[in-house]
Amino acid sequence: MTERRFADGTLVRVRDLPVKGHMRTPSYVRGRQGRIESCQGGFPNPEERAYGSDGLPPRPLYHVRFQQRDLWPGYAGPAADSLSLDLFEHWLEPAHGA
Amino acid sequence: MHDMGGLPAGPVEKDEHDPSLAERRVDALMSLLMSPAVAAFNVDEMRRTIESLPREVYERHDYYERWLLTIESLLVEKGLLTRAEIEARIAALEADGHD
Amino acid sequence: MAHDHEHPHPARSDHGSHAWERREAAIRSLLIEKGLLTADAIRAKIEEWEQKTPALGARIVARAWSDPAFEARLLSDANAAAAELGIEARGVKIVALKNTPRLHHLVVCTLCSCYPRALLGLPPAWYKAPAYRSRAVSEPRAVLAEFGTRLPPEIEVKVVDSTADCRYLVLPLRPAGTEGWSEERLAAIVGRDSMIGVAQAQAARA
Repeated sequence: MTERRFADGTLVRVRDLPVKGHMRTPSYVRGRQGRIESCQGGFPNPEERAYGSDGLPPRPLYHVRFQQRDLWPGYAGPAADSLSLDLFEHWLEPAHGA
Repeated sequence: MHDMGGLPAGPVEKDEHDPSLAERRVDALMSLLMSPAVAAFNVDEMRRTIESLPREVYERHDYYERWLLTIESLLVEKGLLTRAEIEARIAALEADGHD
Repeated sequence: MAHDHEHPHPARSDHGSHAWERREAAIRSLLIEKGLLTADAIRAKIEEWEQKTPALGARIVARAWSDPAFEARLLSDANAAAAELGIEARGVKIVALKNTPRLHHLVVCTLCSCYPRALLGLPPAWYKAPAYRSRAVSEPRAVLAEFGTRLPPEIEVKVVDSTADCRYLVLPLRPAGTEGWSEERLAAIVGRDSMIGVAQAQAARA
């Protein structure tokens, strides 16, 4: 796969890319800030595979963690509650804290 | 509308019904068609197709019916089957009294 | 008191059900005639999925509870660890999520219905339905409560949304009172819902 850009622990923001077709970045994390937990490895891009391309070369896929109170206004649970999901590198950019 | 994380919704209904034989058949078709040996389409094409079902179709059909519609749509898109031959076969099965 | 006439709403009418099954039969028979699939392959695939049940995941959990070195291998490479027990999980990367006294995981697929089928079999209908997919991410504790699972605020609830080709298996906390149990006895108390994360494993199964 292409060399990973983000080390574990890096603060990142989810980009709000204008992708019109198939994608796997849920809207509830767009524009949100989270932290890289790990890199899952390289995977072909599903946005291209959905339309017949092989989606290669594999791109880094990261497991990214968010605090729930940063995702949902008025989140009712404790501040420590979190959420994590897998996101492709091209959906992420470095963040610098809020 | 498949992107539903965080949308308001009612209580989780603990639907535990075991899939029927027909549903298991759809599941098997889906698995086989996406398997490396057959490779009629891939999982991302399958998701893309389900996601583009018109809202009223999405809402009118349940999980496995949507999968069957998706399989049909992709097989036609890939030129592996035509709508005409599918409809003709359905009519033939109906005439034979296959219920 | 007014008497409400409630009409039952079946999932689909008989007529609809027959039409749908006929469509499935039509597509299947055409695919077989054109040589894309065989009837034997379809039958074999159905049987293969019938062999996949949560008992497979339960064996993995029981082994992890009994053997810390296996647990470490499971957390590092769940596909390889499953293979040690003769459980095949190809094509997707499986990741085990360890619950601790301070951390509880809950797995969902908000975008569709991704599920660790190779270890748990077919997902329950509720897992694939909008209510769970929508609310597990935004109000996990309320969803857990609907399953009878209430966690104190000191325990962090972490929701894991399966958005790519990784599938997640929760390694539930081993309940107190199970010291010295055989793996077989341990596996018997690990239910599917504890490996999804909506429930915890209990020493006495209800």
